[in-house]
Amino acid sequence: MQQYLLTILILTPVAGMLALVGHSFAPYKRETHYRWITLGFSVITFAVSLLLLQAAHTNFSSFQFEQNVSWINAISARYHLGVDGLSLWLVLLTTLLVPISILSSWTSIDKRELSFYAFMLILESAMIGVFVSLDLLIFYLFFEASLVPMFFLIGIWGGERRIYAAVKFFIYTAVGSLLMLAGIIVLYVFYQTFDYTVILGAMRSGQTISALTKGNQTLEFWLFLAFAFAFFIKVPLWPFHTWLPDAHTEAPTAGSVILAGILLKMGTYGLMRFNLTLFPSISRIMAPYIIILAIIGIIYGALVAMVQPDVKRLVAYSSVSHMGFVVLGMFSFTEWGMQGSLYQMLNHGVSTGALFLIVGMIYERRHTREISEFGGLSMSMPVFSTFFVIASLSSIGLPFLNGFIGEFLIMLGTWMTEIIRYAWIATMLAGTGVILSAVYLLWMLQRVVFGPLKNEKNARLTDLNYREIGLLIPLLILMLLMGVYPRPFLDLSRASVETVRSRVLHTESGGSYTVERLNPQGVSPNR
Amino acid sequence: MLRYIIFAPLAGAAINWLIGRRLRSEAFSGAVACLAVAVSTVIAFMLAFGAGGALHVNEPNNTTPVLDHIWTWLQVGNFRADFGLGMDRLSGIYALFVTFVGLLIHIFATGYMHGDRGFYRFFAYLNLFMFSMLTLVLADNFLLMFVGWEGVGLCSYLLIGYYLDRPEASAAAKKAFIVNRIGDWGVILGIMLIFFLTSQAGRPSISFFDKPTMGVQSALSYFASLPAAEPFTLNMLVAGGVTSVAILLFIGATGKSAQIPLYVWLPDAMAGPTPVSALIHAATMVTAGVYMVVRCSAIFTHAPMALFIVALIGAATAIFAATIGIAQNDIKKVLAYSTISQLGYMFLACGVGAFVAAIFHVMTHAFFKALLFLGSGSVIHGTHHEQDMRRMGGLRKYMPVTFATMLVGWLAISGFPLLSGFFSKDEILWKTWSAASAGIPSWYAKTLWAVGAVTALLTAIYMTRLMVMTFWGKERFREAHAGGQADEAHAHGFDEGVKPHDARTASVDDRPHHAPGEHVASAHDEHEAHTPHESPWTMTVPLVVLAVLAAFGGFIGVPYALSGGKIPNYFERALEPAIAHPPERIAETGGASAMEQPQYEMLSPKPQQVDGAAPLSVGEGAQGEPIAERIPKSDEVRTELLFTGISVLVALSGIAIGWVMFMTQPLRKMPRLLEEKYYVDEIYDAAVVNPIHVVAREGLWKLFDVSVIDGIVNGLGSGVRELGGVIRYIQMGFVRSYAAIILLGALAVIGYFVFHFIKVPGF
Repeated sequence: MQQYLLTILILTPVAGMLALVGHSFAPYKRETHYRWITLGFSVITFAVSLLLLQAAHTNFSSFQFEQNVSWINAISARYHLGVDGLSLWLVLLTTLLVPISILSSWTSIDKRELSFYAFMLILESAMIGVFVSLDLLIFYLFFEASLVPMFFLIGIWGGERRIYAAVKFFIYTAVGSLLMLAGIIVLYVFYQTFDYTVILGAMRSGQTISALTKGNQTLEFWLFLAFAFAFFIKVPLWPFHTWLPDAHTEAPTAGSVILAGILLKMGTYGLMRFNLTLFPSISRIMAPYIIILAIIGIIYGALVAMVQPDVKRLVAYSSVSHMGFVVLGMFSFTEWGMQGSLYQMLNHGVSTGALFLIVGMIYERRHTREISEFGGLSMSMPVFSTFFVIASLSSIGLPFLNGFIGEFLIMLGTWMTEIIRYAWIATMLAGTGVILSAVYLLWMLQRVVFGPLKNEKNARLTDLNYREIGLLIPLLILMLLMGVYPRPFLDLSRASVETVRSRVLHTESGGSYTVERLNPQGVSPNR
Repeated sequence: MLRYIIFAPLAGAAINWLIGRRLRSEAFSGAVACLAVAVSTVIAFMLAFGAGGALHVNEPNNTTPVLDHIWTWLQVGNFRADFGLGMDRLSGIYALFVTFVGLLIHIFATGYMHGDRGFYRFFAYLNLFMFSMLTLVLADNFLLMFVGWEGVGLCSYLLIGYYLDRPEASAAAKKAFIVNRIGDWGVILGIMLIFFLTSQAGRPSISFFDKPTMGVQSALSYFASLPAAEPFTLNMLVAGGVTSVAILLFIGATGKSAQIPLYVWLPDAMAGPTPVSALIHAATMVTAGVYMVVRCSAIFTHAPMALFIVALIGAATAIFAATIGIAQNDIKKVLAYSTISQLGYMFLACGVGAFVAAIFHVMTHAFFKALLFLGSGSVIHGTHHEQDMRRMGGLRKYMPVTFATMLVGWLAISGFPLLSGFFSKDEILWKTWSAASAGIPSWYAKTLWAVGAVTALLTAIYMTRLMVMTFWGKERFREAHAGGQADEAHAHGFDEGVKPHDARTASVDDRPHHAPGEHVASAHDEHEAHTPHESPWTMTVPLVVLAVLAAFGGFIGVPYALSGGKIPNYFERALEPAIAHPPERIAETGGASAMEQPQYEMLSPKPQQVDGAAPLSVGEGAQGEPIAERIPKSDEVRTELLFTGISVLVALSGIAIGWVMFMTQPLRKMPRLLEEKYYVDEIYDAAVVNPIHVVAREGLWKLFDVSVIDGIVNGLGSGVRELGGVIRYIQMGFVRSYAAIILLGALAVIGYFVFHFIKVPGF
């Protein structure tokens, strides 16, 4: 049972999808049945995923629930799954957000329900697959497979400019993942396997890429970039981010939630899982430059978010800023930064997910997202306003809510890092992103939630119903819990993060590693 | 036990939010909120004065803080932040006056907010504020203090914006939060630098206290144990040492405690209900910055450059705000600028190393400023939500209790002899003058003193103006409401004859918002229109209690020079052990510029020394020897008495000038520059806010994102789309061209890899 748990987890949504299709032939079918079936299967998936926590006593210091069987013998591709501290919480986040986003689509999706819910379930299965794959080939397949349903979700159920947004999204991410495919193939050429753990083992025993290419780091550098591009686009790291505002804004609510909550994390997860461990010495060399991009992204995303006239676009740009934090912490190569980075992935999923849900609720009522159309919603929709304010505060990083823990750890890790010089300047710059997040979110709240009701249409809005409250409550509880008692979350990821960190910091690369040698110029923004 | 001090108000907030909103009973909400704070107050007093307590009178040498570890909040690597509380002498004093003044203001608010629709919500926020404030002062480490620090900011945000339908309230709330956030940026970075420095010294910690059972060492005792202060040079500000820590923390203090340049939020914050102004924006929250500086006295005493700047900012703010206060017509605005000015005094005291005097002034200020604010609230309540002093006058015969109590507050803040403000202000001025001997240049100390003295004069003048315009002279409240400033809780619509409520009455009855007009309407039922009336007992009783405190509260800190030792200076004796002693010497400035050296190597910490010695709590007196009151020399006493005389003279002449100027002409036109607050808000908008907006909108978003990046990505397709407009056709072209590019690109990359690295062994 244990070794099949992950397979079960991947296949449950697929089974749900088959059930949907089967049901469509039933004589007594109704359009409203689909959502119930989908909800049922996604809740079952969530329940099954909770079983992963029974391995908590191992602290997930190594891969748990491993399943490793041969898949395509000819090219020695394997079906190798496993979960550790890096992926555990991301899997749980996925299985939690999917039922929530299905509930959020309850009434807003009123055309082609069958295909919508089928795509949602396929997407869930692919996302879980991404996080638990330990074989590069199936990782790539799941990575690509998540792209297609999202493309259709945006393209069919999206807003006015949905075709443009969907195509842009598809092209951007497809370019990235094709580069990664090229990288995977090259790795295969060297190691005759796609198995991540085998490749890592070979590298550990001295068979590093630069050793195989006789001390030449060029190939390793290009391989790093091939993987990194795929993930940078997915994150998205500035300046690869322009697909995101369009895709997020045009996607249906459920699509935005999944996109922001989980799909972006596939990028940061990929960086941490593959780039840092497979190419540690290049990661160290590249860290200062990536940190610069991350910091630009933090400030840039926040500034652009501030001037958006559209609520959803504002939240989308805030993702650029928040995901910049995730990358920043990861490349600080300190325990604080990397733990904070992982934690911030979860925070962003919860907070931004909640924000997209909330924006979706108001869109469903008013069919507009223009900030200037709103104002004074706290009069007509007090419950809605309360949730909106709390979710915004969580995103702002108010202490005792989740966002603070992540941002604080990331900034602490950045300050303490030795990978760059003038780390304190980097931290101070990143800190301005925290100020700006308060600026754009509170200004938005001021114009949407507070003030007088100046638009007649807003006065007649009905407040949230029980379904809507119910789907926000779990996220609200998580925001509080993760802010007040973060230790269980951090404890279970500690060992895995430490493994990655020691690998990236203490792997020699044909010469002894010093910060000065790798980075003689430093990254002082002064120069 | 300590935890109940913070959890009682939290529970009160939760009960009011969950149950109070359903019951909609003012009696229930008010009782729950007041009871919760009363519980905190009782426990705080028990713990402070009970056996083994932090302020136990019979154990003057007991400096062990009362600790309460709740859980370990955050532990990553060797960074550890507990959810733990500690009450030493400093936080004990704070907890006492915060709970007590808080309780009085809660009681006052039950009367003031009577008839408001959001009654339960108001008290839920108010209790949440008490929770945050008490967390701030009782936290046993920097990060938990920061939780309280941001928490009070949040509650301030919620309460300033309490009148949800008033645009200026929500704008003020946002402004308060954001300006505070700028300060918080400094605090959080300061905390990181503290952790960095203690890590360098081999004893990573951000704790205030030693917690031996948990292996936690105090970070502050590390700073206290540094052998020498940093050199007095500007370089030290950015050198990454103790001075940098102090400056980063002080940036936070300028935000929270409304000092130049971040004071701009406090005057706007007066858009909140008056009890909020009294509690948050006068008595407690705004003094959090002073608390932090005094808590970190071990850091600041090692950073003379930082102290210099603290004193400079404090003095500048004091006089700057006082000049603005003299020209304001809104009664709450006058008090707001007065608060900023008095906070400047406190920082002036900190800056000259007189930490005890600073806290003494915090406490007396809490009494008399809360009194004045509540008094103004009573006036506003009694005059049916009039805030413009130009439309008051002659109120003393209508509101005798309010008048009498405010009279005490007025004299106290002006420094009238033997009232509380007299002692604390006099002590600050004296300590500023005599600071010359403590390493601060003599000319600087004397200039600071002069600024302080002029501020004292201005304070007496503008407070006299406020009293005269409100309580004496012609009765102007019957005159027609013409223009003037906005009145709290008084929807504009009401005056204009519109019923602002109607537009949204339709939907829900139980929504938590204040209904403008409601309160006013009910008030009109009970009283004749526009005749001022005295407030109910729930409001006057707190006024009387505060008046007593404002009058006699100063006697716990009578300086030796005045009492001749007959009345012990309880306050100094109690607090002195919690203040770090300045180091004996200042480190030499090395030949190399500090900037060129790695930032953290400026310090030469000697961890082995620290490890060897018994862990030193900050509060501990030197080797536990009995702390005797320092008895000054007789010529020193004589000079001090002289300066006390000067202070009295300044206060009395200020009152006299004010009386003469404004009794004759209460509506005297004030200089426009002052009335317009030196146009600081306008300058900030033009110099900071607008440029950022324009750059973000036009530069980053429209130019860079949309034109440059998307331009590159969309390539020709984008240009064609804009020209053509046949969307379907273009998108097809778009997909096709990019599919081709992807394919070519991928092939090229794979080809490159395969052909260039084909010479792989074993392939």
